[in-house]
This record gives sequence, C-alpha cells and structure tokens, in this order.
Amino acid sequence: MLSLEFCIACVMLISLIIYMLTGGADFGGGIWDLFATGRRANAQRSLIAHAIGPIWEANHVWLIVIVVLLFVAFPVAFAAISTALHIPLTFMLIGIVLRGTAFVFRTYDVQSDLIHRRWSRVFAVASVITPVMLGVTLGAVASSTIHVDVESGQVDTDFISAWFAPFPFAIGFFTLTLCALLAAVYLTLETEDTELQEDFRRRALISAVSVGAMAGLSFILAAEGAPAIRRGLGSAYWSIPFHMLTGAMALWVIWTIWKRQFRLARILVPIQVTLIVFGWGLAQYPYLVTPDLTFSNTAAPDTVLRPLLIVLIAGGVLLVPAFWYLYAVFKGAARKAGQTKEEIGP
Amino acid sequence: MTDLLAARAQMAMSLAFHIIFAVIGIAMPLLMVIAEGLWLKTREEVYLTLAKRWAKGTAIMFAVGAVSGTVLSFELGLLWPNFMAYAGPIIGMPFSLEGFAFFLEAIFLGLYLYGWDRIPKYAHWFAGMMVLLGGTLSGIFVVTANAWMNTPTGFSIVNGEVTDVDPIAAMLNPSSFSQTLHMTIAAFLTVGFAVAGIHAYFLRRDPDNLFHRRAFAIALSVGGVFALLQPISGDISAKKLAKHQPIKLAAMEAQWETERGAPLRIGGIPNEDTEETRYALEIPKALSFLAYSDFNAEVMGLKAVPPEDRPPVAIVHFAFQIMVACGIVLIAAGVIGGWLAWKHKRLPDQRWYLRFVTFCTPLGFIAIEAGWTVTEVGRQPWIIYNYMRTAEAVTSMPNLVVPFLGFTVLYIFLSIIVVILLRRQIFLS
Repeated sequence: MLSLEFCIACVMLISLIIYMLTGGADFGGGIWDLFATGRRANAQRSLIAHAIGPIWEANHVWLIVIVVLLFVAFPVAFAAISTALHIPLTFMLIGIVLRGTAFVFRTYDVQSDLIHRRWSRVFAVASVITPVMLGVTLGAVASSTIHVDVESGQVDTDFISAWFAPFPFAIGFFTLTLCALLAAVYLTLETEDTELQEDFRRRALISAVSVGAMAGLSFILAAEGAPAIRRGLGSAYWSIPFHMLTGAMALWVIWTIWKRQFRLARILVPIQVTLIVFGWGLAQYPYLVTPDLTFSNTAAPDTVLRPLLIVLIAGGVLLVPAFWYLYAVFKGAARKAGQTKEEIGP
Repeated sequence: MTDLLAARAQMAMSLAFHIIFAVIGIAMPLLMVIAEGLWLKTREEVYLTLAKRWAKGTAIMFAVGAVSGTVLSFELGLLWPNFMAYAGPIIGMPFSLEGFAFFLEAIFLGLYLYGWDRIPKYAHWFAGMMVLLGGTLSGIFVVTANAWMNTPTGFSIVNGEVTDVDPIAAMLNPSSFSQTLHMTIAAFLTVGFAVAGIHAYFLRRDPDNLFHRRAFAIALSVGGVFALLQPISGDISAKKLAKHQPIKLAAMEAQWETERGAPLRIGGIPNEDTEETRYALEIPKALSFLAYSDFNAEVMGLKAVPPEDRPPVAIVHFAFQIMVACGIVLIAAGVIGGWLAWKHKRLPDQRWYLRFVTFCTPLGFIAIEAGWTVTEVGRQPWIIYNYMRTAEAVTSMPNLVVPFLGFTVLYIFLSIIVVILLRRQIFLS
C-alpha cells in the first residue's frame, strides 16, 4: 500500500490542498476586487491588496511544486495532460502572468487613479480566469476522455473535446466559488472596520451557498461527464459518511458566518475545502488521468522516486518553518499590533 | 511556419524574456543586502534609502520573473511532451531542488519587501540573505537541468528503453559545474554593471549626489569583481565543450576542418553551402590552445559530422562573437574602474569613465542572450545531445503559431510596461 508513488501522490494532493487554501484565496481576493461595489469599493480593494501582498508569491510556489512532482514522478501523465489540455493550460498560464504582473504593477505604479483602476481590472479578470481554467483542467483529467497508450505514451485527443464540455467547466466554476469563499472568510478577519467586515460576510454567505450549488451541479454532471469519479464518489464504502461529513461542514460554515463567528469560520472553511479536495483525490485514486493512466502505471522508477521523497522530506523540514514564519509575521497576532494606515503597500 | 519552428520560437522567446528577470532576481538581492548591511554597520540613512529603493525595483522584476518562470515549467510539457516523458524523471532532481530554492526565495522576499517595520532589523537582513541564497540556488539548479541536455548522464538505454536512472549522476553531469559557474557569475556581473550604469548616468548630471555615489560604488564593485572572475569560468567552459560537445565548439568558432593548431577566429562569415568561413581575423593556433592548452592540439571541425547533425553555424558563431565582445568590454570596464579607484583612492567618478559605464548598462544582458543562443542553438539538432532530436520531442498539438504569437504579444506588452515603470521609479530619485 505504502509504495513510493503513493507517498509522492499524497504529497501532491497535500500540496494541491495547500495551494487551494493559500493561492486559491489569493485568486478569491481578485474575484472580490472585480466585484467590489458600493461606497466602500476602494476600501475593499485596498484591504484585499494589503492582505495578499506579502504572501501571494510564496503561495504561488505550491503550484510549481505540483507541476514538478507531476513531471518527475509521473512523466507520462504530465506529457498526456499537457498535450490534451494544451489550450486550457495556456489560458491558465496567461491568467497567471497577468494576475501577478498586474498586481505588482498596480502596487508600484500609483501615479494616477485611471492607471490604478486599469491594473485593478486586469488583476481581477485574470484572477477569475486562472482558477476556472485550473478547475477545467482537473475536471478534464477526471472525465475519462483522454485516452493514452501507456506503453508508447501516445495520446489520442482532438485537443478540445476533453475539456470543452459541461463537466470540466462545472469543476472550473466550482473551483472559482471555493476561491471566493476562502477569500471572503479570510478577509472578514483582515479588518477592524465592521462595515467592511459586513461586506465580506455577505460575500462569504453568497459564496458558501454557491459552493453548495456548484458541488451539486458537478455531482449531477459527473454521471455523464466523469463516470469513473462518480462511481468513486457515489458508491465506495467511504463515500456516504464522507459526503455527510463534508455537507455537515458546509452547513456549519454557513451557520458560523451567519452568526458572525468569523474566527471559527476562518478555521472551518479550510477544513471544508480540504474535505472537498481530499474527497476528489479519494474518488480519483488510483487514476491519475482516467481511464488509462494510474499512479502506478505512470510512476518513474524507484531509483528516481526514493531520492525525490528524501528531498521532499528534507526540503519540507526547511520550508515549513519558513512558510510558518511568513504567516506568523503577516497573518499572526503581531499583525494586529503593527497595523497602521502607512503600511498598506510596501 | 511549421509547428516545430513555432514551438522552438515560443520556447526561445519565453526563455529570452524570462532570463532578464531571472538574473535581476538573482543578483539584485546581493546589492540590497550589501546596502542594508552597510546601513546596519554605519547607520548612514542613505544606505537604508538605497536598499529600499532597490527593493522596489526588484519586487517588480521578481514578480515578472516568477510568472514567466511558471510559464516555462508548463511549456516544457506543452511544447515538448515527448522530451519530458523521456527526461522528466532523469532531470527531476535539480527541478525538485529548484522548487524548494524558489520557495525559499519567494517566502523571504515577502518578508523582505513587506517586513521593514514588522521584523527585527537583523532578521530583515537575514531575510535578504535568504532571498539571495534562494535565488542563486534556483538559477544553479535550473542551469543544471539544462547542462544535462548538453551532456546527458545518469541513465542507460536498453532496447530503446531508459533504465538505470541515477538522478544524482544526472545532476552531476560534466557540464553542470562549468555552466552554472558561468551563468551565476554572468548574473552578478550583468546586474552589477547595469545598476552601476544607471547611477553613473545620474552622477554625470549631479556629481555630488550622495545617494548615487554610494549606489554606484556598491554596484560597480559587484560588477567589477565578477567581471574579473568571468574569464576563468569562460576558459573552463571552453575546455568542457572541446571535450564533450566538440561540434558546438566548432560552430562557435566556425571551424569546418578537423586540424592541428586551429586558429581563433574574430569575426568572419561562415557559409554553410561552401563549408568555409571567410573574412575572419585568424589568430594562429589560438583555438587549439584555448581548447586544450596545447598550441598543436587537434580540434574537431564541423565536417566531422554529416550536415544534418550540425547546428546552424552562422547563428552560433555570431552569437558567440557578440557574447565575447560584450564580455571583453565589461571586463575592461571592471579593470579600468579598479585601477582608477586604486590610483586615486576614491570613487572612479571621472566623467569619461561614468560615460563608459553608462554605455555598459545593457551589455551584460546582451551577452547573456547571446550566450544562451550559443548554448541552445549550438546543441541543435538535438534536444538531448546525441539521444533525442528536437523534432522528435515536439507536441502533436497543431497550430502552434497561435500560442507563439499570443505569448509574444503578451511579453512585448509586459516589456513595455516594465520599461515605463522602471523609468518612473528611477527618475523619481
């Protein structure tokens, strides 16, 4: 059971979960920048910029880790995914480039309001495109439409039908709602201003309900669009209790936001998202790209995986404290003490 | 445009764009750490101002470097899936290590840029050093992966299948040391002179400006020191090439015949049809000496392999000449600056020297672009030298000219914005 490729796959799933909880929330910030409305629109935008400024680049690296692990440990799957899903991945990359650059350009170029607003718009639109395309990619991988000959690595694809379908896009927008929910809940705790807090509470409620709707829609569409995953989600021995747990967590999250228990919500929302991603991982296992590629039939030889796992463990020992310190400085108790107006932006 | 050519063009364009920001992300932290260290030591406010000003420029460049690097990591698969399916596990070690180094860089850059008033002064300085370490290691690991493409080791082929993969041996391939050394020195040398050049420009107008004097002193010292080191690493690289990639060396020198006592060519126009190089200034026996430390050593010529195994000679030859020319000017700038400073015991702020250094501002970047052209085009037609041709590696995706044009437009747009932004940042001072 505990094969090397299984361990690497676990690290990839954990990285994906952390990427969703951190980088996903940064995209969510961009979504709420796009939908900033009312008298406090500018206050909402600067709160978002202030919240993600110091951490988004570090959060982004989790995506790189996932990609690198995919091509080192499961090279045939990486080749198949990047061949069949060339188009959505390219759109995701353009989104990544525009989101990051527009964000720094806006931060360091505040000559005029007009320029500022333009960069804001680019940042926000790119923050919507990127998670949708990431979700589309994950949905397509699960949809049993990418056929690969494992021996030769030959991919049978028309480059479009695997992803341009209802199910992948449902997953895309499901991902988008998750990002929006994470960001809205995190943002309630980024400000002392109760009016702003209320703005993001309302947004958190809207997203929490949307997450439920998209989860339901994805499950329905999975019957046609991702039969293998639907089987995993619907009939395995763990699936009923797991769904009940996830559903209960979703309701609890809505309840805490409704009751303005933001600190509790801040803890529960990541658990909810973790359960969702983890549930998908369980349903997907042992397939990496359904229906042909599994973790074991695409795994690199053990002579590659063993040192890779050692590097991951050693690197993790170095990395986790550093990542923790970053969050302690900017998101921990010290944040409140040192927070002044001047500190918005570097 | 064939799909293969479009894929190569997109990869080349992405690399050419990324490398500018990558070297700035690697080397600027050194300048920032020196300035901040001098502030901690002397408490002169000007050093703190300098560190903060440099940090702002670095923040912009790092972000562009990070996202364009992300594009590259995906493009490996989007454009060259067959290469990655073959090579991914073998060169995975440096890429995995690079992931961690990049993580270190991104985490501590966040602390550095936003933490001026949040963390203790020495913790902040330490964060700067970790950015420097993370950036430098990132560059080294990525170049190591490229070195493997030039001199692949750490695996064997049995019946057409890759077996006996040894990722450590692949990482320690014969080109790793020479390539990473040459590139790392190039990064510090280039950025040192680029920054010195910008401050030299302002010093010519305002010779007593303390801010620019200090900035010029730090940047010129860094550029100058690394300029003096670069010829040594260039020599190591030449000898490695002679041993492991003789055809690439032959293309660089436009050397068609295999001969003893081969000359070093300055300039010259190689003709791939007549297989000769004309109008070159030839220094007798110098190539044999540079390649093998022996004036009469035999140097392999391009004719030793069939035409379909040769790289495009003219591009490689011209790019090499450009790199060397830029390098020589920068080395001269370093030597002259050092000599002036030593002789007059003060900052070399003679007007003509400031003008010279201003002229040097872009030269390092030109040399880097040209040098990578030599490395990459010189390896053609192979993507993995002697194992896999570039044509075999390309994706089956059609219409690759579309993403190529898309990314080209995107990167041109970003380049223009970055130039405008940096101009504003610089002229604010």
